[in-house]
Amino acid sequence: MSTENGTVVVARDVTRRYGEGETAVDALRGVSVEVPRGRLTAVMGPSGSGKSTLMHIMAGLDTPTSGSVTIAGTEITTLKDSDLTKLRRRHIGFVFQFFNLLPMLTAEENITLPLAIAGEKPEAGYFDELISSVGLGDRLSHRPSELSGGQQQRVAIARALVSRPDVVFADEPTGNLDSSTGAEILELLRHSVEELGQTIVMVTHESRAAAIADRVLYLADGLIVKELQGATQSEISETMDEIARV
Amino acid sequence: MTRFALKSLLGRKFRTVLTALAIVLGVAMISGTYVLTDTIDRAFSSIFADSYAGTDVVVSGKAADISVDFESPPVPPIDASLLEDIRGADSVEIAMGGIYDESNTKIIGDNGKALSTNGAPSFGFGLDTAPELSRFNPLNLLEGRWPSGDGEVVVDAGTADREDFVVGESIEISTLRPKQDFEVVGIAQYGDVKSLGTATFAIFDVSTAQALFDRAGKFDAISIAGTEGTTPEQLIGAIQPLLPKDAQVKTGAEEAQNDQDDIATFTTFIRYFLLAFAGIALLVGSFVIFNTLSITVAQRTREFATLRTLGASRRQVLRSVLLEAFVIGFLASLIGLVLGLALAKGLEALFRALGLGLPVSETVFATRTVVVSLLVGTLITVIAGLFPAIRATRVPPIAAVREGAELPKGRSARFTPYIALVLIAVALLLLGYSMFADDVGTAQRLLSIAGGVLLLFVGVAMISSKLVRPLAAVVGLPARAIGGAPGALARRNAIRNPGRTAATAAALMIGVALVAFVATLANGMKASNREAIEDQIAADFIITSQDGYTPFVAGAGDAAAGAEGTDVVTHVRSEIAEIAGHGGYLTGIDPNRITEGYSFDWVEGSDATLASMGRDGMIVGENFAEDHDLAVGQRVTIQTGTSTSLEAEIAGIYKPPPFYPLLGAASITIGAFDELVERPRNQYTFVNVPGDPGEAARDELERATAGYPDAKVQTRQEWIDKEDAEFDQFLVMLYVLLALSVIISLFGMVNTLVLSVFERTRELGMLRAVGMTRRQARRMIRHESVITALIGAALGLPLGIFLAVLVTRALGEFDVRFSVPTTQLVVLVVLSVIVGLLAAITPARRAAKLNPLEALHYE
Repeated sequence: MSTENGTVVVARDVTRRYGEGETAVDALRGVSVEVPRGRLTAVMGPSGSGKSTLMHIMAGLDTPTSGSVTIAGTEITTLKDSDLTKLRRRHIGFVFQFFNLLPMLTAEENITLPLAIAGEKPEAGYFDELISSVGLGDRLSHRPSELSGGQQQRVAIARALVSRPDVVFADEPTGNLDSSTGAEILELLRHSVEELGQTIVMVTHESRAAAIADRVLYLADGLIVKELQGATQSEISETMDEIARV
Repeated sequence: MTRFALKSLLGRKFRTVLTALAIVLGVAMISGTYVLTDTIDRAFSSIFADSYAGTDVVVSGKAADISVDFESPPVPPIDASLLEDIRGADSVEIAMGGIYDESNTKIIGDNGKALSTNGAPSFGFGLDTAPELSRFNPLNLLEGRWPSGDGEVVVDAGTADREDFVVGESIEISTLRPKQDFEVVGIAQYGDVKSLGTATFAIFDVSTAQALFDRAGKFDAISIAGTEGTTPEQLIGAIQPLLPKDAQVKTGAEEAQNDQDDIATFTTFIRYFLLAFAGIALLVGSFVIFNTLSITVAQRTREFATLRTLGASRRQVLRSVLLEAFVIGFLASLIGLVLGLALAKGLEALFRALGLGLPVSETVFATRTVVVSLLVGTLITVIAGLFPAIRATRVPPIAAVREGAELPKGRSARFTPYIALVLIAVALLLLGYSMFADDVGTAQRLLSIAGGVLLLFVGVAMISSKLVRPLAAVVGLPARAIGGAPGALARRNAIRNPGRTAATAAALMIGVALVAFVATLANGMKASNREAIEDQIAADFIITSQDGYTPFVAGAGDAAAGAEGTDVVTHVRSEIAEIAGHGGYLTGIDPNRITEGYSFDWVEGSDATLASMGRDGMIVGENFAEDHDLAVGQRVTIQTGTSTSLEAEIAGIYKPPPFYPLLGAASITIGAFDELVERPRNQYTFVNVPGDPGEAARDELERATAGYPDAKVQTRQEWIDKEDAEFDQFLVMLYVLLALSVIISLFGMVNTLVLSVFERTRELGMLRAVGMTRRQARRMIRHESVITALIGAALGLPLGIFLAVLVTRALGEFDVRFSVPTTQLVVLVVLSVIVGLLAAITPARRAAKLNPLEALHYE
């Protein structure tokens, strides 16, 4: 059960194998993670380390070959697609590298999309607070093509937060932005943890991004090889280099 | 580059197949039409060739040269004594006299009713089947033997097959005489013509036929073969001097050619009628091709850009897209060509099911069919691919490295609405010209109507991208209301690429417009027809032939006079004649009584005029009088097919309802008519009963006319209902033929949706990730499809009704009403929704199957 200071996501002994026989690839080889509530957890690792796979499995987008995952107390590895979809609606938010906004909807419509799909209305007070905290006040009626990359990602972050999910998964959220815009987005993510008490899991390969995290997990060859708490950017990148050398 | 084009086709099999289907069906319709009409042609030419195979020359009576609506008056008989004279003439080897009747022989089926031929001939022949005369016999005996003596008959194989007649069975046949029993002694057919369609024949021996058809001492024709070495021309020279002036001699070949020419008019009409539907199907198909290729070109922007960076010239890109179109078009045409063979059978079955069966022989697959089908199908595909191909050449090489590169807008895109408006204006001018201009030839009129309608469709399709937004706002309301968020998204999806939605909807629009047009026009015609009958008929019962439009033997009307408690008001005799030098229908009436059953709207004269109308008096319809400058008091000549004629004085002029005048251009007394026309026939017999027309009176009339099963007793309302049913039946045939183009537009919708789903893979993945269920994803696609279909309906319905208004106006002189068939149009909208739902099945399933993860990784 998730309590105020408990864990939101628990992964136990998760393995993930792609393909079969000789060409099989083990993306994850027994990973256990607990994601604490109200914290920002960064997952780092070189390409092919399994960091994206781990995030997809924790978010219920992919199914582990073995092991278990619970989100907000619900075991998700055995859920049917429709139940899993509904669980995602209520408990999970996503921020993607390529924003993935619907071009024909306005910023506001994009933000409230998850609620609309669930057949719900935004809570007026929270929605206004959210909009002002992501800094989109005067851009709400614009379409994505009329927004800059940073603004588009702000819309995407608001969309992820609008249903007050237990956890937001962010997949390389700054990967498609220039460094100053990226910094603003990171600040926004940090802000949502501090001010809104949001739980965030962020996959990134940039130490600059990971530096805003409370905790950094390092993956290599499908295993968690290192964990840092409250580390600086230089510590994070040194650790990254170490792992790359092994 | 060639290999590249082919590989890219192979890489998109589903899409290629769907695209090709759009052309396959249209081409199948072309090839099917040719196969069917060639097969019918061949059946007829085989019948005619067999009929005159052993005949060098034919002697027959000479009818006056009159033709009305492609019909000519019956040919009078010749004296039987001529046969002996001819047999004695020089150069004559052998000769045979025969009886040939085309319409009075009614074979009675199992249900006790005359087999309906729906206007096709019901032949009754008297043939001399002596073995030495077998060269003159056009028929092959399949079973049994030839008839000899009264009470024996040979029937055609098609009828025997349908009605399960077997040799030895006794069947009833009515002729000019009431029905009698005949024993089927044999079953025969023309050459290899297995079925004559709905036509029937019954073969009697000569003397039986002479008795049955009022031909005592007469023949309808004498077939003659010359001695060895005599040419038909020499034979004519020998026979001509023997003939009276009302007889003529022609070569067998000439006769066969004449018959063939008569029927060619008819098969040519069927051919063009069906080809028109093939044309519609191909037009719809070209929209589908255009749209599909446009979308794929847009989706392959980066691919073309890469080719350009690798050194491909614009010309090479153009060629590779056109080559794709060519390959699709050619393969589709090839498949369509073969499918046409099956479709020909289907069309034949359709005609047969509607009681319009036609003779068929062995299937004819002519070279012309192959050439036209392949050429038209391929050409249309390549033309439809031209614009997308040109757009592909506009892709700059730099697009290869840009994220989310889009196809540059065509330079002409800006002008599209103006071009569309010009097209529509030209279309309206053409339509106006074709329908309202005087002195336009039929061919020219039809061509400008076809051109006008084509331009109108293309113009509306081009401008429809501007209408997609407002229309979607309206037809998307239900989607929003019942579809929730997915429904609302569907509406947004439908308008995010208006050009694509417009082109997809336009394909459906064409089918919907044509169905709405046909339904509205027919509804108006039904109303006009009903009113015309109601305005004219006052009689309690009307006796007609079973089909309602072929005249029936006068004996049947006379028999009705024998019914107890009923009162025959008048018969209405009918025949083609020349009145004051102009062809028209001549009717014979009882002037003293006709007003009891028929209401005249007099222009000059009154009901009293009729009473004073003697044997040489006549009344004429206003339109005929006006067209030919006829006035009351004028004396004009009436010439029928026989050699006799009548000088008659115009006693009165009345105004018949233009849509369905029941009387001919001119009417004379029955007595005068019967002197002018040999073996007169009735179009109607009007009967009154005292009080209400009840069942007892009907039973009595039916009993009295039981010997003539072709006679149909009905009240005015029953008659109207039957006419309505016939309109509806014809409509069903048109609907079935138009369904083809609707099916093609359905393929187009599937295609567009599949491509859209493919294009929005990542988007769908995001939606699934943020909580859209599979069911919601399916619903979203379904609603988008239904919205597109409804846009098609919203464009098509007004267009169809507009065309109906136009045609109604153009047919103003026939008093065609304008009446909107609300129910049918509502059904049409419902059908459009169903088309939308059907089109969405596969794309919706594809969208729902997308794994959110894979969708997000999709590049």
